[in-house]
Formats: sequence, C-alpha cells, structure tokens
Amino acid sequence: MLQENKIRFDATPSQLFAQADPAKIGRRGFLKMAGAGGLALAFYLRPGSAVAAAPGAGSPLNAYVVVAPDESVTIFATNPEIGQGIKTAFAMIIAEELDADWSRVKVETASVDQKRYGNQSSGGSMSIPRNWDTLRRAGATARAMLVAAAADEWKVPAAECSTEKSTVIHAASGRKLSYGALAIKASQQVMPDASGVPLKERKNYKLLGSRVTGVDNLQVVTGKPLFGIDVRLPGMLYANYTKCPAVGGKVSSANLDEVKALPGVKDAFVLEGNGRQEEVMPGVAVIATSTWRAFTAKKALKVNWDQSQASKDNSTQAAARALDLSKGPGDHVIANVGDVDAAFEKAAKTVEAFYEYPFLCHATLEPMNTTAWFHDGTMEIWSPTQAPSRGLNQVAALLNLPEDKVIVHQTRVGGGFGRRGTNDFICEAASIAMKVNAPVKLTWMREDDMAHDFHRVAGFHAFKGALDAKGKLTGWQDHFITFTPDGKTPVRGGDLSASEFPTNVLANARITRSMMPLMIPCGSWRAPGSNGFAYAIEGFIHELAVAAGRDHLEFRLEMLGDPRWLKPGDPASLNTGRAAGVIKLAAEKAGWGKTLPKGRGMGLAFHFCHLGHVAEVAEVSVDDKKKLTVHRITVAADIGPVVNLSGAEAQCQGAALDGLSTMFGHQIDIENGRIKQSNYADYPLLRMRSAPPVDVHFIQSDYSPTGMGEPALPPVAAAVCNAIFAATGERVRRLPLSKLGYTI
Amino acid sequence: MLQLQVNGQARQVDSDVDPKTPLLWVLRDHLGLDGAKYGCGIGQCGACTVHVNGKAVRSCQIPVSAAASQKITTIEGLANNGQLTRLQQAWIDLDVAQCGYCQAGQLMSAAALLAVKPHPTDTDIDQAMSGNLCRCATYGRIKAAIHSVSGRTTAEAEKEPIHVAGK
Repeated sequence: MLQENKIRFDATPSQLFAQADPAKIGRRGFLKMAGAGGLALAFYLRPGSAVAAAPGAGSPLNAYVVVAPDESVTIFATNPEIGQGIKTAFAMIIAEELDADWSRVKVETASVDQKRYGNQSSGGSMSIPRNWDTLRRAGATARAMLVAAAADEWKVPAAECSTEKSTVIHAASGRKLSYGALAIKASQQVMPDASGVPLKERKNYKLLGSRVTGVDNLQVVTGKPLFGIDVRLPGMLYANYTKCPAVGGKVSSANLDEVKALPGVKDAFVLEGNGRQEEVMPGVAVIATSTWRAFTAKKALKVNWDQSQASKDNSTQAAARALDLSKGPGDHVIANVGDVDAAFEKAAKTVEAFYEYPFLCHATLEPMNTTAWFHDGTMEIWSPTQAPSRGLNQVAALLNLPEDKVIVHQTRVGGGFGRRGTNDFICEAASIAMKVNAPVKLTWMREDDMAHDFHRVAGFHAFKGALDAKGKLTGWQDHFITFTPDGKTPVRGGDLSASEFPTNVLANARITRSMMPLMIPCGSWRAPGSNGFAYAIEGFIHELAVAAGRDHLEFRLEMLGDPRWLKPGDPASLNTGRAAGVIKLAAEKAGWGKTLPKGRGMGLAFHFCHLGHVAEVAEVSVDDKKKLTVHRITVAADIGPVVNLSGAEAQCQGAALDGLSTMFGHQIDIENGRIKQSNYADYPLLRMRSAPPVDVHFIQSDYSPTGMGEPALPPVAAAVCNAIFAATGERVRRLPLSKLGYTI
Repeated sequence: MLQLQVNGQARQVDSDVDPKTPLLWVLRDHLGLDGAKYGCGIGQCGACTVHVNGKAVRSCQIPVSAAASQKITTIEGLANNGQLTRLQQAWIDLDVAQCGYCQAGQLMSAAALLAVKPHPTDTDIDQAMSGNLCRCATYGRIKAAIHSVSGRTTAEAEKEPIHVAGK
C-alpha cells in the first residue's frame, strides 16, 4: 500500500519490488522455490511444501499470506485495482478462510509474476469467478498451517482446534495462541494439499457478504500517490508521444530541431513503431524536464504525416451505409433456429424497427501513462494497466528481452472500463525508455487519450418480430450490421452470437450479419457487445409487447419460459429462473404498475452477461421541451453470494449511471480517419446534478459468485428509453439522446 | 524565484519553472504534491481542484505566477496535523471511492462548500459539486457523505421542502 510512497521518497526499484513480494519478505529460499515453475496454486499451495521463516519480517505461508509476530496478516492481492474493488474483495476472500482479524489485515498489491500467480488481469468481470477457488484455498491452507503449529505446540489433534479472529483455540483445554505467536512455527509446517483442504460453509461466513470499506480509502482521501501518473523516480524525465490523428499515418518529417531547442526539452525523436495498433504506432516522442514542458513542446511540434496508408474512416457515411445494408438479408447467418419464414407467414402481426448506437471512447479520468526505466539490462515498468502480465510479455517480445529482464509493477488504476486491457501506452513508454538514459514517465494529454482510444464499436440492428393472435412472440429476426478490420472477423464488441437472448430461448429465430470495413481500432468497453446489444434488443422487445397490447413485465417473463439453465453447469449460459427472479424483484421494488402522473413513465430491461443476471427499472419524466428527469433507477442483480456488499452495490450504482451518462450524451464521430471529439467539453460526462438515486437489490443465490464490474451497465439504456416511451409515446431507436433534442 | 504558500508552508519554486506553468503541474512535478490530479487540462473535470484563499479552484487553469502570495491548500493539507477532517472520515466510512482518481478534487470542492454552508441542501450540493466529474459515478455516496457531515442522511435531506420544490 505504501509502495508508491517508497517510489517517491527513498526506495530503489529493487527494494520496491520487495515491498510487494512475499518471497522477499520471507526467507530468501522462498524465491528459489518459486523458480521451480508451475502456477501459483500448483506450486505455492502444493502439498508437502515447507516454508521457513525469516526472523522479524513475517512468515510467508504461501504466495498470498504472510503472518508476522506483531499480529499483522499481510495479504497479497494479485489483480489490478481499477475501481472495481478487487483489492479489498480478494483480501476478504482469503481472510475469511484464514479467520484473520480483519482489523489487523494489511493488503499489498502483489508483484506481477506469472510463475507464481498465473495471468494477472482485471477484465470481463472475471477476477472473482476465476480466482474464487484459489483464494479460498490460499486462506484455508494458511489457516491449516497455523492450526497444525498450535496443535503441535499443545500436543493435541489438529481436529480439536478451531480458529477465530487470528487466534487458534483449543476449546477442551481452554488454550489459545495468536497467529502472530504461531507465525514462525506455522511457516515450518508441511503445506497441506490445497485441493483437499476443508473450506467454510457459506452459513459460517463472517466477513464475506458484509459491507467492507476499501483498503486504500485512507490513502485516497489524503491524496497519497497511488496511481500510475503519481509515480516518480530519482532523475526521472517526462515524455509525451504524438501519433498521426488518423491511425496508420507515418512520420514523413518533423521540426525536431526546433522542438529540441525549447526550454526544458531534453530530446525529441521519431519512433517507427511496429505497426501494431495495440503496441506501437509511428510517432514523435518529446522528452522534457516536466510534464508541462513536454505538453508545451507537443504544441510546438509540427509533423508532416504520410497518410497514404492512414485511416479514411467516416462514421456518418458508415451509418448511412448500414441503413442501406439493413434492407438486404445479411452476408452471414449467425443463427437460424426453427422455421423463421413460416413464423412470419403465420403471424397475426409483424413489427419492424431499425436501432443504432454510436462509437464511444472510454474517457477514463486518469489519462494513459506509464513510467519505464531501462537499467542493468532490465526494463522496469510502473503502469496503471488492466493487463500487467500481458504487458510484460508484450514488452519482452517488442524489445527482444528475455521475460525475466522485464519487471512490471502494477499501480492503482484511475479508471479502466476496458481501455487499459490494451497496453499500447506501456509499449510506447518502454520503446521511449530504450532511447533515454533515465527513468521516463510517458503521460498522454487528454486530447491524445480521446484521439487514440480502442473504441466501443457502433452497431446497427434491423429487427423483425412476429406475434400470434394471442400476442405471443413466435418469430424473431435480427440483421446485425457491424464492422471488420480484415474483412473476415468482426471487431471487438461486434461479435453478436447465437447464444444471445432471445435467439437462445425462442422456437423460431434468425440472426444474420453484415460487416463494413474499419481501420480505427475497437476494443473492450465495459460489457463489450452487451452494452449495445441490450439497448437494441430490450428496446425492440418492449416495442413487441406494446404491439401485442400486453404488459411489458408479463410479456418479458413469458419469453423466458419455464425456469431452466440453458446449459446446466455452464455459468456463461442464461438461467431463465435467475432471470425471472431479478426481473420480478426489480419490478416489485420499483413499484411496477403503479399509477404515475402524466409525463412520467417506467421502463424495464433485463440482460445476462459476464455471468451476471441483472434487471433494471427506470422511472423518468419528460417535459414538453424534452427535458428528461430520471427520478430513480432500480437494479436487481443475481451474481450468487456477494463478496463485499459495499463494493457490489457501488458497482451497480456506478454501472447504471455510467450507462445513463453514455446513452444520454456520448457519441464519437470519425471523419477522414480522425476522431472529432477531443475532451470532456465535447464528450460530456454525467454530472452530479443529473445523477438520479440508484437502488440496488441482490438475490444472493447459491451459485458460485461472479463479478459485478460490468453486468449492471447493459440494461440501463433500454430501461430509460422504454420509460421515455411510457412517458411520452416517443420511441428512441438511436442514441445518444442529446442528439435527439433531449436535455438532462 | 517564485514562492508559494502551500498547506501552511512556504515553498520555493525552481527558477527554471516557466511562470505560465499551471499551478497543478508545479504542485505535482516540482513540489511533490500528487493529490491534485490531471484529468482534462481545460477546467472541465475538477480533478485538479485545490483551495486558493479558501475557495475551490481548478489548479490547471491558474498560472503559478498568479498563485504566488495566495494561500493554497491541497488535499494533502486538508487534515489538521494528521487528524482527518470529518469529511475525509465520512468519505472513508461511506466507502465513496471507486477508482479514487477524482476524489481529491471532490473532497476539496465539498470542503469549500461546507466552509460557507455547513448544512447544505441537495440543491446546494448539486451546484457546488457539478464541476467535478466522477467517471465511476460515485455521486450518490459523495452526496451522502456531505450530508452525513452536516448531521443528516440523504433521505432526511430529501424530505426538506426546498428539495421537493426543486424536483
């Protein structure tokens, strides 16, 4: 936690590394053992491993837990903290099984070490489901070693001992020993078989499911340096990197000598890059004595770009082309279930609609940055990334260095939202640092950040639905139009699949796809794919319910059919029972069906993604000048047992408002390969005065726990648009609302 | 050489610093105070908010030369001799932060509001805080934390006639 303070004031990078390394906190031999290979669990929780203690510094019981004689328990959190609360949640899971006294737990960010921890990344809401079992067993094996140490001391069977608040208790004799007192002896115990170690039953949880505040809250509210942008090393220089505004452009010439003559500028040079958008594209680096000097020099930099191979993308033309394409059948059949043509022939009523949503950028508040230092044959990196393990591999390959000559320190991340799953900023910083004989911090200006994002792709859906005489949905057709970088595969976020609702539950459904070329890079944006699909699909389902003359809630529940898990045992498949559960709960808590004043309406939407079932109800009013007031958003989520109630609730609230902010006011326009928006003035985020209260309710089912970073975002846009229809009769088939004359 | 008054201390600014440099970058790169954050550089996001003579201002918009001889307080100076303010403690207890990047700016805006309005209404809070963006959208908890310092819950504050009329 104090890692970043150390960076600033007194530590060398190698000491820093030790700060986050249980092996070095413990005895030296522990590190040698790490070299034996295998993944964290395979090695560090391997049965029969013995770990000796280091006097004074605490005893590592495995790669995640160090217990010290001063009664502190240090837990190493492996995955990047991007605001999703994972550092706290991971520590809670370990501490629960360990029966650690939470008030004595210290949480450190773990080193990036693939041999020890496997792939460390935060994305796809997968940190909890992928690590749940490992973390529980890390806590449980450490606990078993403490119990074994106490049993050995007392000469009693381990089975007669229990644990509570960092204490081993032998109830029969009334004896107790604290974890601190047992630390050294515990680390000398044989590590039990992690796969066989007993785990707590859920009913015995004390910490999990409670409301626990973030472990770095004190540092946040006192302004301590925690983030990548706060890293400072002795003798550090500051860099900015300028790329062609249209991706694919190369440097023809630049006024490097003029820039180098500016005050505070140490160097300016061209990087050819490796031509990979997700690594290093061509550009000009400016190296200066401060961030402001680097930014000022950037403004004086004049580059002639060779744009012969650069993007000519145009989002307005693409939208017009998509509308044309939508009139055709589509190039590729993604799903064809039952007999869709027959369903439409027999239909009592058919409904058609065309939905579209724009390109987006991420606009994380902390702009992209990384500090890199090439010294002693080693590239050492400090970065706010969602994918530090991959970053390490990328840098090693890029610079032709062995992987053990690349060190990546993960810092706290000032907003991820998927942007920092791509490590272009790390690769740029490392490439620049190879040419600078000092540590160098690369900081992008906000304008760089918006110009060079990995965007949420725009999407277009031409829907057709068939209703029978009873108003039941009997046929579904979605011609989805997206983009492709290579003419073969869709871009990230354009991969609508046959498992998407409602194709996965209907007797007759067809999805076809057309693709348009795109050179601008697209990437993961909070709930990739789902963030657009849910808006369009859930909006059109509401249109069908209205056309059928039926209550949306009742219509939506009927579509789900009987409660069943579509692919039993597969957490990535829809469970219609869990879906119905959250839909009913959201409706009930929001007061669905109550009489509302004129101009006010309620809208409902459900979406399943990232293993989470989430329903949302929005209550809005719209005045005669199209001023939208969102009175309340009600969220009901089933992600299994909640790890940290405070964190999970915050993710639901944040995701709902992120979704509202986006559907109301966000659109990225592309013209001649350039992004037209450049800062928050033309990409306005939701402000407090427009942020409604968000009520959150969980169904804590007995399924294995899953992540909450993403699944509460996709339903919002449809819930709000459906509410606008209920309030006004105006259907919103294109986002954002601000382009349709609405204000908020 | 410029001299600044930051968090009750006189701080010298190196002579090679351009007097036009925004206060934000002098705090961060030259004085080692990283609490104020860079988000936009155009006064839109509020992440760089500090107090100048007790008022919340965007430090990315003030040249350091204009800040000389003013009383500057940053997030690092908000606590009194290491004793957290009630506002900071409320931020911790209500678990306001998600990524946390904007929160120093949010706290400085909130502290400036409470200094002039110890019992703000929802509308007061909206007005004072709408210059500070939170990309994680922690607005509900920010509002609750401000109300809790003034001795109320958000629900209680919502019952006030002025607030209902504002809706």
